[in-house]
Amino acid sequence: MAEKRTLFEKIWDAHLVAQPEGRSPILYIDLHLVHEVTSPQAFDGLRAAGRKVRQTARTVATVDHNIPTEPRGTPITDPIAARQIEALQANCKEFGIQLFDMDSPEQGIVHVIGPELGLTQPGKTIVCGDSHTSTHGAFGALAFGIGTSEVEHVLATQCLAQQKPKTMKIEVSGRLPEGVTAKDVALGIIGQIGTDGATGYAVEYAGKAVRDLSMEGRLTLCNMSIEAGARAGMIAPDETTFAYVKGRKFAPQSEDWEKALAYWRSLPSDDGAVYDKVVQIDAAQLSPFVTWGTNPGMVAPITGRVPDPANYKDGDRKSAELALQYMGLQAGKRIEDIAIDRVFIGSCTNSRMEDLRAAAKVARGHQVDPKVRAMVVPGSQRVKRAAEAEGLHKIFLDAGFEWRESGCSMCLGMNPDILQPGERCASTSNRNFEGRQGRGGRTHLVSPMMAAAAAIAGHFTDVRNWKFQKD
Amino acid sequence: MQPFRVHKGLVAPLDRVNVDTDQIIPKQFLKRIEKTGFGEFLFYDWRLKGGEKDRDFVLNEPRYQGASVLVAGKNFGCGSSREHAVWALADFGFRAVIAPSFADIFANNGTKNGFLTVKLSEQEVGEIVQRTKKHDGYQVTVDLERCEVRDEQGLCAKFPVDDFVRHCLLNGLDDIGLTLQHESEISAYEAKHPKAWV
Ligand code: SF4
Repeated sequence: MAEKRTLFEKIWDAHLVAQPEGRSPILYIDLHLVHEVTSPQAFDGLRAAGRKVRQTARTVATVDHNIPTEPRGTPITDPIAARQIEALQANCKEFGIQLFDMDSPEQGIVHVIGPELGLTQPGKTIVCGDSHTSTHGAFGALAFGIGTSEVEHVLATQCLAQQKPKTMKIEVSGRLPEGVTAKDVALGIIGQIGTDGATGYAVEYAGKAVRDLSMEGRLTLCNMSIEAGARAGMIAPDETTFAYVKGRKFAPQSEDWEKALAYWRSLPSDDGAVYDKVVQIDAAQLSPFVTWGTNPGMVAPITGRVPDPANYKDGDRKSAELALQYMGLQAGKRIEDIAIDRVFIGSCTNSRMEDLRAAAKVARGHQVDPKVRAMVVPGSQRVKRAAEAEGLHKIFLDAGFEWRESGCSMCLGMNPDILQPGERCASTSNRNFEGRQGRGGRTHLVSPMMAAAAAIAGHFTDVRNWKFQKD
Repeated sequence: MQPFRVHKGLVAPLDRVNVDTDQIIPKQFLKRIEKTGFGEFLFYDWRLKGGEKDRDFVLNEPRYQGASVLVAGKNFGCGSSREHAVWALADFGFRAVIAPSFADIFANNGTKNGFLTVKLSEQEVGEIVQRTKKHDGYQVTVDLERCEVRDEQGLCAKFPVDDFVRHCLLNGLDDIGLTLQHESEISAYEAKHPKAWV
């Protein structure tokens, strides 16, 4: 095709099964990830209609959302959570789906294990009944979250009827300053374009600052795409991507690898390809960010202050007023003066090795403030083992952090890890919605380094001024 | 799926922007493995305070009891993909939400459940909110056949809707069945692409 196409368009075109007249195009799905919370009703639907799972080999399940992060083997005390986990076990057995269960050495948050097992690959279409499926776009895949009806649809047909989103390029030029991470890039973007700034779009992140990110940083960035409303977030695959995928459990091997590589190299957007919208961000202008409100777009630099709702218009003003009320904050308060009670380092945004290394580097040789309870929850069993092999857990434990088993944990508080009403938390997760981490709980989103520093200081503090200690 | 053609009902105003799915149905209620029974947990943290009904919350006001159309601010349904949000609204008795904009996944989930997301301009939404407050028992007709929202005071606002989505909603079509009509194309695609990179 002579026409210049974007990464998104290439993947879209390659997966079109049919384009029926007057209907949404039908797209083939290469990989379907399943977890316990959004799937039981979908399996019920299959049973009711007498349907089977069309491609069990393209379907992979794990338990992550509501499992406890206590040592494995501790009984699940919540009977309803236990019922949901049992339902997934029974459904996977009945329909012949591979499940990385509680006791599996590969268990973890669905968006952490996909990449680390090599299931996530460039050029694939990937769906999951979870909005943060956008994470996998870091590999140059087209990955998006779906609802339970669509989970059933993919199980039954391996396809989805989808309206084609528009395309947006977000170009982050320049070099990230010291202490500014992929998380800060994500928060900076959402702060600028708003939580609905990318609604209806598939976003491609580009520019030097994005190219310079490691795979793990790219995962963090793409993970937060949905917080700007984007249908998907993606980054063109390059040598960094290929090096990450190579040799992983489900990655193509030997001859297949060469074929796959040749295909993947053809995916990046053509020079001169046109996007429906382009947003420019200057990396040098970014700083460590802290959210002050109840959606991820309510964000301020660490050196800033809680804004005055009077500076907003209409609905946004009311929303800012309600947010400050809920968060128990006064306009004008310095972000650095906000004291915290809890710290959560984890979630599919920031629970990989690079995140834990960064947090450990900050924590090393320090002590968590006695008023703060801080926990570290690795994203998967693999991450946990790798971190322990490097001794990161010791650094955390010595500094007074808790070191837990892998799962979603306090990112959404479906398991026993929750905030109490009024408790204030520095969290490396992706949502600061009211009650997200527990009813009445107050969440501030930050990077892993900022979270670790806040745990030690007892309040937010600028990690750019941090005194790092060697052994 | 239950078809949606024309629905007339009482309107309740939820005058907030960015209403997220964590508010619509908080996570502690996502553990059910059925699609029903979510209604009583709708807007749980806003509807109840310390276990008691919060009288100030709009859905608890006597005048809005039995409302079947919700009108709200922009970016309604943002956040999590949980279809439970739609199930909860439907189970509570709502058939449609009117707002200036919706999060993609939420709107998508709505269409799979015979639940309509009606996009009107900020101005039109503002006007409807005003009218719910001014007129007791204010009702609108949401008409998917004509793609318009009407009331008895002369308001008539057209809304956009994708042709195919409209067709499915009007006829209550199960889209798994529709996709399966393309079985031969799906099989042909699979034969040609045994692996994702081929
Ligand atoms: S870690 Fe949080 S955002 Fe990620 S999948 Fe789990 S609950 Fe969702």
